[in-house]
Amino acid sequence: MMCEQAEGLVNFCRIYKIYEFILPSWLSSFTYFFSAITLALTVINILIISTALYTWFERRTLARFQSRLGPNRWGPFGILQPIADVIKAITKEDTVPESADKVVFNMAPILLIITTLLVIIVIPLGPNSFMGSLNIGIIFIIGITSMNTISIFMGGWASRNKYAMFGAMRSVAMLITYEIPMGIAIVGILLLSNSLALSDIVLSQTIPFFIIQPIGFFVFFAASIAEISRTPFDQIEAESELGSGFHTEYSGIKFAIITLAEFMAPIISAIVITTLYLGGFKGPSILPAEFWFSIKVFGVIFFMLWIRATWPRLRIDQIMNFAWKPLFGLGLFNLFSIAIEVFVFQDKVTGFISTSHYWIMAGINWVFAILLFFGITQIIGNKNKEKIKHSYKTNMIS
Amino acid sequence: MSIRTEPVTINLGPQHPSTHGVFRLRVTFDGETVVDVDPVFGYMHRGTEKLAETRSYVQIVTLTDRLDWVSSMSNNLAYVRAVEALCEIEVPQRAQFLRVIAAELQRIASHLMATGFLVNDMGAFATPLMYCFRERERILDLFEILCGARITLSYMRPGGVFQDAPKAFWDNLDALMKEMPIYIDELESLVTTNEIVLARSKNVGVLTAEQSINGSLSGPMLRASSVDWDIRKSNPYEIYDKLNFEVPIGKNGDVFDRYLVRIKEMRESLKIIGQCVDMISEGPVRADVPYNIRPPAGDIYSSIEAPKGELGFYLVSDQSISPYRCKIRSPSFMNLSLLREMLVGWKMSDLIVILGSVDFVMGEVDR
Amino acid sequence: MSLTKNQKELTDLINTKCIDSNAILIGQDIYISSESINDVMKFLKEDVEMDFNFLTSITAVDYIEFIEIIYHLYSIDRNHRVVLKTKCYEIDNPIVPSISKLWKGAELQEREIWDLVGVEFSGHPNMKRVLLWEGFEGHPLRRSYLG
Repeated sequence: MMCEQAEGLVNFCRIYKIYEFILPSWLSSFTYFFSAITLALTVINILIISTALYTWFERRTLARFQSRLGPNRWGPFGILQPIADVIKAITKEDTVPESADKVVFNMAPILLIITTLLVIIVIPLGPNSFMGSLNIGIIFIIGITSMNTISIFMGGWASRNKYAMFGAMRSVAMLITYEIPMGIAIVGILLLSNSLALSDIVLSQTIPFFIIQPIGFFVFFAASIAEISRTPFDQIEAESELGSGFHTEYSGIKFAIITLAEFMAPIISAIVITTLYLGGFKGPSILPAEFWFSIKVFGVIFFMLWIRATWPRLRIDQIMNFAWKPLFGLGLFNLFSIAIEVFVFQDKVTGFISTSHYWIMAGINWVFAILLFFGITQIIGNKNKEKIKHSYKTNMIS
Repeated sequence: MSIRTEPVTINLGPQHPSTHGVFRLRVTFDGETVVDVDPVFGYMHRGTEKLAETRSYVQIVTLTDRLDWVSSMSNNLAYVRAVEALCEIEVPQRAQFLRVIAAELQRIASHLMATGFLVNDMGAFATPLMYCFRERERILDLFEILCGARITLSYMRPGGVFQDAPKAFWDNLDALMKEMPIYIDELESLVTTNEIVLARSKNVGVLTAEQSINGSLSGPMLRASSVDWDIRKSNPYEIYDKLNFEVPIGKNGDVFDRYLVRIKEMRESLKIIGQCVDMISEGPVRADVPYNIRPPAGDIYSSIEAPKGELGFYLVSDQSISPYRCKIRSPSFMNLSLLREMLVGWKMSDLIVILGSVDFVMGEVDR
Repeated sequence: MSLTKNQKELTDLINTKCIDSNAILIGQDIYISSESINDVMKFLKEDVEMDFNFLTSITAVDYIEFIEIIYHLYSIDRNHRVVLKTKCYEIDNPIVPSISKLWKGAELQEREIWDLVGVEFSGHPNMKRVLLWEGFEGHPLRRSYLG
């Protein structure tokens, strides 16, 4: 076993060396197994604990947006609230509707959490910290996130509840639709990075890709918000319409698992966005790479929260329209412009693009982006069809 | 090739987050589109009209609080005006001003609640709702100073009001009058020009002027369909004829216009309150009316412009201490008469938004 | 209220336009026969001078010997009101023609009256109970109802 890169916080080789040292000789054939289990448990638990913290953070932040207090009873600033939530959810009765398809009903939450967790495998958390460096990492992510749809539909269909069915049907329609702009946006990344492996994509970002392709970033960001079904695309749950969508009939620990998966989804999504567009773990070396990664993920999560606290929800047909017309078009435009620029600026021998050429591409694409967004809002925007004004004149801040 | 589809019938309510109480709607969907609606009322029927026949005229004031609990002041006002018209009681000037101030404050509170829940129904995660509630809370505080209660106020009596406003009321009212326009501006900057709100509410649930007159709609619902009719203007009661205010009307009669009409009415209400505070003079606040009123035999219909529309009371007296018949013409109930016209053909999400824009309170619908 | 004609003239006008209405004026209220309600309403709604386009409210009152149905009409453009009343002496099975074809808004109110007072409206598209549940016995706002 070659283990030279034993650096980074979460690194297989590091754990392997520790086990090599501590395990007695008759267990040495299990060293591989033990270190793999340890690594997996570490990462999964980090993710679950950060999800718990994230629920607290989301509730507190939303409360601040809405001039309320939020959870503030248990622990300092109510930080132990997630523990109380989990205990409450687990001790609740676990009901299964009489006419539900029991096997599918029970399987859906497990599948949902598995597909959500699997994504983290290929994400490079630092230069050498990852669970597994797959050389087709990005395809793996696309494939695994599509599986989400199946588990959501399983849950909704097996519940034998019309509201759940509505949520499930919406999820199938919506999630499949948004795969397409998402995929097209990703191709733009691949053209620049020349690789499908996520660590290579991060390393090739001498300047973050969102600067080079703002349109692609927008498309990917919108599509990934839709994939995790957050406002303004949260038609799958749509509290005010469907109650709670596909998980209407779930209770007890299954509900807890679904909620876990649901709250983990923004983190995963933010992680993917960070990796693909914001330069991943890169940053000034005063702090460890993992720390920079966390900061960027936190920023993206906060931005998503901000959107959630501010905007209403679109209608299902408007959501579909948005995917097929503006997003699809913008994605294609982005793909073509990147392709042409890469063709022009690429070093014909090595296949790489120098940083100065990156800046030129960024300049061209930002001009395109501003022109396109201005044009599109003029054409399809509601505000401009007839001038809508606030009924107030001046006294906004007096 | 066509796919064989079947319509789905869903019970929307009586327990549903967006039916504003215990309203039940049997909706038939074709996919996401509404094909048929069948409203089912009565989950909150408390027999107010029957109860009124066994209570004395003053006691009925407390029943009217429970009609539309987000605008008890207006209900009180409508009822006591009917009693006063029946007995021909002269109300002192100061009491009339106090009544108008209270009723207009209540209108703001009611519209705030309607707007907040409308945007909440569109899916904004409670932010505009909490903004609205923060401001409504201050109005309820004012009512607490005025009469000791926050929701079920029972402030008005036949012949005047229950008590004069204490000094703390005027101070707090001044503070509120200064800050309220800023609050409303803040709310509008969040909602009015939001692209998603426009996409969700423009041209949704349209009612033409003819339709809404034919369906006996009233209040902001009717005015959003560009019918310029406000009882405060057409048949001024209390002191509304001395006041200078405008009646905002909409253009298209869609959800957005209903929202905008309500916002503008709040601003007009603020104007009215400001004028009342300037014009009010000292004096008695309650006419000399016995506790057990025995009106002369006869009947009367008297209506006011409540926040939700024309709220009328039809009282029949047989010279006893309780009315022979007390019929309530409630705006929420009448505003639901065109439900089918508004809803059929729209998507499920629109259905929720249109219901929210009607702004009904089940206590008043079921009575 | 601000009708150009006074109540007496209005009564005479109704009598001339709808012969079988038997309109009489008692106090301030115009009483018409229950059979002619649709004709009188149609006249009042469509006549240019009357123009009562808004049905404010329909009420029924149980006076033990008879049931009185009271219609409050209003004209939004001309800003005047009129009160029409009709008596129904068949206390056990009162039937009155429905005006829901003229005003959509009458539909719910007539259902409510059927529910609470027990007056049946003939020609109503959906004569069902509205506030009380199906299978409820009696009509609570009747004087004979023992709750």
